[in-house]
Amino acid sequence: MDNVLELRNVSQVYVNDSRATLAVEDLSLTVERGSFLSLVGPSGCGKTTILSMLAGLLKPTKGEVVVGGEIIQGPSARIGYMLQHDYLFPWRTILDNALLGLELGGRRTEQGIDYTRSLLHELGLGGFEKRMPHELSGGMRQRAALVRTLATEPDVLLLDEPFSALDMGIKLQLEDLVQSTLRSKGKTAVLVTHDLAEAAAMSDQVVVLARNPGRYYGSFLIPPSIRDALPTEARRMREFQSIFDSLWRSLEESGEKGGASHGQELDSRPS
Amino acid sequence: MGKSWIQDLHREHLRGARRRRGAVRLTQALLLIGLLGLWETAGRLRWIDVLLFSYPSRLFSQIYSTAADGTLFPHLGVTVLETVVGFILGTLLGTAFAALLWWLPFVSRVMDPFIVVMNSLPKVALGPVFIVGFGPGFISIVATTLSLTVIITTLVIYASFSEVDQNYMKVVRLFGGTKTQTFQYVVLPASIPTIISTLKVNVGLAWVGVIVGEFLVAKEGLGYLMIYGFQVFNFTLVLSSLILIAVVATVMYQGVTYLEKKIMRPDLQKH
Repeated sequence: MDNVLELRNVSQVYVNDSRATLAVEDLSLTVERGSFLSLVGPSGCGKTTILSMLAGLLKPTKGEVVVGGEIIQGPSARIGYMLQHDYLFPWRTILDNALLGLELGGRRTEQGIDYTRSLLHELGLGGFEKRMPHELSGGMRQRAALVRTLATEPDVLLLDEPFSALDMGIKLQLEDLVQSTLRSKGKTAVLVTHDLAEAAAMSDQVVVLARNPGRYYGSFLIPPSIRDALPTEARRMREFQSIFDSLWRSLEESGEKGGASHGQELDSRPS
Repeated sequence: MGKSWIQDLHREHLRGARRRRGAVRLTQALLLIGLLGLWETAGRLRWIDVLLFSYPSRLFSQIYSTAADGTLFPHLGVTVLETVVGFILGTLLGTAFAALLWWLPFVSRVMDPFIVVMNSLPKVALGPVFIVGFGPGFISIVATTLSLTVIITTLVIYASFSEVDQNYMKVVRLFGGTKTQTFQYVVLPASIPTIISTLKVNVGLAWVGVIVGEFLVAKEGLGYLMIYGFQVFNFTLVLSSLILIAVVATVMYQGVTYLEKKIMRPDLQKH
């Protein structure tokens, strides 16, 4: 199959005044075009580091990151990134926020504006173009941030716990909306999350990482019935519980194997 | 309406607030009138030395007569112009230096001790140097003003530039934005509230610089009138100039406050 994203024997070392720390060790991963992959693991497994390397924000100390057949050199418009919070600019309207990526790339054209407006509409933000971010609820702001990410038409979306700061109900709605939107546009996605149920409900594949240093621990393929359903439906299916249980066991084992100095503590909260 | 008692509570709250505001205003007015009256009485009945302290009706007739024969306005105009140029130029230069320091972290680290020392120096003492350097007149007075405003402005605005949330910059970087774009799209707009508030502080500092400068050198201006009044023992002239300065400074301060209201982001505005 066509791999759009690839990590090849990637290691990452953080250096500061007091020490040099190995954050990620010899990690290899491939993501197929149009698929949805989740990364889960205990804290200290380097999930966000991996995402930063995929985004081109961070150059791997060893190994290489390949996007669409090319070794990545820096951030590019082909990769979109959603942060944990919306980080909409408070001094810009919703539409101007959504157009930010196009504007920075010198692509704020009539066509781009029309496309962005249609995205806003599609994600239920029609009529809010002229509003300021503080006038919108948290869920609406995160949807506006999704439009900002999609407006530049990236092939790949990196999602860095984008639902973790939201209320449960809004979080579930947004999971459905994001999954269906990405699927209809044929986007590839990598989601980093603490929430195992979210990973199981949204993904085609879930990769479990071990910590200290962050490394590959195991991988789960989600069965087609759950994969094809919307996240809220998937959570209600009979098979869902058993997938959740095996992910949970795997995560516990990965936590035990790595980072003895930090004891047993896991920071995933099953919902 | 069943909810009318809630509205009543609100109305009552508003009425109370209005009453308290009115009481404050009234007390302020009475206090001012009382003090002026006491001064006037003390002067006319010779409780105080009129030569030194004068009294209000004399001050106002002094202002009135110089306004009527037109001799006041050149002085007023020159001082106002020097002050306005001083605080606007001071704020602009300070912002420009702050931008330079933000741009070049190495320069910022090198300059840090120098700036701190320069900030704690009594720079007004440099006034004579400016007079020798720039000649007696407009330029050396503005230079005295700038010596007071620029360094503290640079420090405050640079601090504001440095405190801008990294995540907003991350958004720009993720879209492949350059450093110039980061400054233009994030750092500067995020610091506008700080820049406006330094503008306010600089109004006050500019007055100090202008009056000191005029004391030292000028042939016209309100500071010149004051020093002239001292020399010929005309304290009515000194005090009437001081009153004019108080009035004009208040007008300027209100002007900047009005500008602040116009520009300030709605999400930061106090209610």
